[in-house]
Amino acid sequence: MSAITRDEVAHLARLSRLALADEELDHFAAQLDQIVGAVARVAEVAADDIPPSSHALPLTNVFRPDEVRPSLTPQQALSGAPAVEDDRFRVPRILGEEA
Amino acid sequence: MSLIHRTAAELGRLIATGEASAVEVAQAHLDRIAEVEPKVHAFLHVDPDAVLAQARAVDGRRAAGEPLGPLAGVPIAHKDVFTTADMPTTAGSKILEGWRPPYDATVTRRLREAGLVILGKTNLDEFAMGSSTENSAYGPTHNPWDLTRIPGGSSGGASASVAAYEAPLSTGTDTGGSIRQPAAVTGIVGMKPTYGGSSRYGLIAFASSLDTPGPFARNVLDAALLHEAFSGHDPMDSTSIAQPVPPVVEAARQASVEGLRVGVVKEFGGDGYQPGVLARFQEAVDLLESLGAKVVEVSCPSFAYALPAYYLIAPSECSSNLARFDAMRYGLRVGDDGTRSAEEVMALTRAAGFGPEVKRRIMLGTYALSSGYYDAYYGSAQKVRTLISRDFDAAFHQVDVLVSPTTPTTAFPIGERADDPMAMYLADLCTIPSNLAGNAAISVPCGLADEDGLPVGLQIMAPVLGDDRCYRVGAAVEKAFEDRWGGPLLKEAPAL
Amino acid sequence: MTETLMPYDEALAQFEPVLGLETHVELGTASKMFCGCPTTFGAPPNTHVCPVCLALPGSLPTANETAIESTIRIGLALNCSIAGWCRFARKNYFYPDMPKNYQISQYDEPLCFDGYLDVEVDGKTVRIEIERVHLEEDTGKSTHVGGATGRIQGADYSIVDYNRAGIPLVEIVTKPIPGTDRLAPEVARAYATELREVMRSLGVSDVRMEEGSMRCDVNVSLMPRGSSEWGTRTETKNVNSLRSVERSVRSEIERQAAILADGGRIIQETRHFHEDTGLTTSGRSKEEAQDYRYFPEPDLVPIEPDPAWVARLKAELPELPSVRRRRLQAEWGVSDLDMAAMHNADAFGLVEATVAAGAPAADARKWWMGELARRANEAGTSLAELPITPAQIARVTELVASGALNDKLARQVLEGVLAGEGSPDDVVAARGLQIVNDDGELSTIIDQVIAANTDAADKIRGGKIAAVGALVGGVMKASRGKADAGRARQLILDKLGVTE
Repeated sequence: MSAITRDEVAHLARLSRLALADEELDHFAAQLDQIVGAVARVAEVAADDIPPSSHALPLTNVFRPDEVRPSLTPQQALSGAPAVEDDRFRVPRILGEEA
Repeated sequence: MSLIHRTAAELGRLIATGEASAVEVAQAHLDRIAEVEPKVHAFLHVDPDAVLAQARAVDGRRAAGEPLGPLAGVPIAHKDVFTTADMPTTAGSKILEGWRPPYDATVTRRLREAGLVILGKTNLDEFAMGSSTENSAYGPTHNPWDLTRIPGGSSGGASASVAAYEAPLSTGTDTGGSIRQPAAVTGIVGMKPTYGGSSRYGLIAFASSLDTPGPFARNVLDAALLHEAFSGHDPMDSTSIAQPVPPVVEAARQASVEGLRVGVVKEFGGDGYQPGVLARFQEAVDLLESLGAKVVEVSCPSFAYALPAYYLIAPSECSSNLARFDAMRYGLRVGDDGTRSAEEVMALTRAAGFGPEVKRRIMLGTYALSSGYYDAYYGSAQKVRTLISRDFDAAFHQVDVLVSPTTPTTAFPIGERADDPMAMYLADLCTIPSNLAGNAAISVPCGLADEDGLPVGLQIMAPVLGDDRCYRVGAAVEKAFEDRWGGPLLKEAPAL
Repeated sequence: MTETLMPYDEALAQFEPVLGLETHVELGTASKMFCGCPTTFGAPPNTHVCPVCLALPGSLPTANETAIESTIRIGLALNCSIAGWCRFARKNYFYPDMPKNYQISQYDEPLCFDGYLDVEVDGKTVRIEIERVHLEEDTGKSTHVGGATGRIQGADYSIVDYNRAGIPLVEIVTKPIPGTDRLAPEVARAYATELREVMRSLGVSDVRMEEGSMRCDVNVSLMPRGSSEWGTRTETKNVNSLRSVERSVRSEIERQAAILADGGRIIQETRHFHEDTGLTTSGRSKEEAQDYRYFPEPDLVPIEPDPAWVARLKAELPELPSVRRRRLQAEWGVSDLDMAAMHNADAFGLVEATVAAGAPAADARKWWMGELARRANEAGTSLAELPITPAQIARVTELVASGALNDKLARQVLEGVLAGEGSPDDVVAARGLQIVNDDGELSTIIDQVIAANTDAADKIRGGKIAAVGALVGGVMKASRGKADAGRARQLILDKLGVTE
């Protein structure tokens, strides 16, 4: 069974914000198909009565007291920014209203 | 004996007693770095002036009569995946080229507080994704045992720097074996502490539920000293364990397996394992028995599903963790010509800034989390994770530690698996279960494979918070092998 | 693009609306949800940011205990069950104002679920079922630069301030609300109003819609009368006042009805409400369906609220607004109708605060529901937004009670306060608004008024005492309202030698 088609890789690339070239799509489609085919084995043993583990250890209730700690200065905050204007991060025009 | 041949423990003592200055020690290592770095390429950043300044500060503290810790003034190579406020931090990626974090990772801060002298930042597979360090955007690191071979990964710069005697200690991170496998293939000691035993704050995330900082050293005691220096609870990391660090240094000094129950994992071995690796592993098991351990075979049937589960969970988390590299706030920005949208600039930047393995894993993870696929992939993988924890629990009811080869083969040639991800992933076959279950595991050298003369590692796995058992058994094995070999596996700095 | 609307009555004759509301409330914690940066509004850009809320590589979130406690208290106040165990989840999507490009939120394991909130509309109680209350984090703020409109469309680029990123945000989601019929707009508004009151009584948020610390998304769908199959819904965002909640529902009903009656189809989409026109417009339609790829947040551990903690929080809940209203109604002796009027005008809290500041309940209600309601209406604003405080109203009632002001002067004082002339006492002093009860000054005015109105004076002397009203009126006019009317009447009668 071919799990991942070229179109699907193109869709994944869009979702992942990766502008891939056509030849990359082909290459990744073949590799991802192989990998997905191999890792799909997990379903063999994933019975309904087994609880999933999202964490390595069963810790719960780790909280922080509501206390203010020092922030960065704007200079520090903006130090790595590709572009800055008026102490704000300057970014290219945004298309959507929001996601 | 030259300073670079000393253990970290010895260097700490020499500096504390004034028999050597931290500056002398640092200079000796800087000289070694200058000598071998062109061949090894373990480091991405070394600033000798800054190194010497740190060393002078330690000497100054000693001169002022301040008490110094056991590793004060000892040089260390720091994996370039921990943030450092005074050095660039790249995670081996082009997307972070030149980035200078405005903050120190908790591990970085604790190294400084312990007086360790940070020699520089070591090379790694991009975002710690890989088993060979070939995925670094800044070129591969070479194995000091054979420069045509990989030093393991992702902490390949860390393992190579210690194996090449450029540093007595280094930091690493282990998500699927990224400390233990490089340690094994370079003939040194590498420890993955219990998940949550060492802080992830300031460690650039690959897979949050798996990433674990840990130490590299050329001997077990040094690793334990470093482990103790940077581990322990950190309120900045919610998954950090609020308990004292297990008594790892004491355990490394104890070095005894008398009466200990040792389980050999039945599922690790056979097809796909290099005969020389299996031979050295069997020798180590026999050695343990001869030292008074009770050895039994233990079955962990779910371990067969660990690798596929890992290659769903880790990419899923990475697809989300790496979303922040978007050209908006820091790092590379490509294609911002004033007409393109933020969306387009993000996609162009990420395509240009990430290497193929990172892209592969991001897309694999995006796929595994997608609606319609989540249950079959990510959901099933999380169930396998539960099964693996149960297998460990059952095993640790029968035995005190489990052992296996660290990795199925010795160091493979650079380029051999570079574009064959499935073959590359097999390097982590034996190490992944402990990442999924969060328990402690160490790799110690157990000899050289007959067919290629390259180092083989013995993996010792202990329960969650049983880190001290790894050191206790590791030190016993180390001592017995040294008696047999007439010294450590890596007797002296390799001529490169 | 202009949209056709169907008149509301006609729309309701053909269709039944189903409502749904998603409300975001910024919690008033001292620090952000997952880091120690302050949450205060209006700071200079990028001064309340740190490695965590800027999503610098390597940073990790740590959960604010007070925010979790506040969310549980909100859930309890909304009669919700509290999860025995739940997790944060990552909601993955790329957007420049969201630093991590995922939002830490909750997905299928909300902290609180299955509750309700009763609201009063038209004297009837409507039970709004609450589906879930969960905790998440706010985004940064983008300013769009260039282009003609300053809006996102056509902008050349944007600049982003992350001060708001990571402020704790509670999302309260109702179940679909059928059966409101033609009261749908009022029910939506009453729900938002009541929810705001609950937040205030809990003290968890300043719930200022104009500053965005409370934001409503309003879902509306229509189904033909007689049908039981719900229609396609739209989600209207950018609804920034209680009045807009009501208007947006009405407008969306009118728009959808026109489309459906014309044989058209409603597109499931996000719409934006515009205060100026009272209309909604379509947001950008998505090329492909969003896939947020939620998964449990591995950087945070599960929350397992201790039942004893929850029980204590429940026991310590303050008196909730509906209970308080019933108690105060009894204390104030106010009719159901007057209560409803106060509630609808969003005056209840203001009246209560005015009473708390010392005013008699009847006076407090009279001013807020009378003069001030009129002025708010004229200004097209809400009572709460008027630049006058309950304490100032209480002071005015005190001045009236002491005889220093009469109602007419009091209105002038209010006008002055609203015009920014200072406190009531400042306005009284600056405008010279004391009642004239100096008999000497009053006497002079009365003499002038009698001299100018000899006919009326004669009638009074002749026993037609009712005619004194005209002369009192003259005195008030001549004194520009400052005269004490009662005293003036007595003096006029005295001067004309008449006794009652």
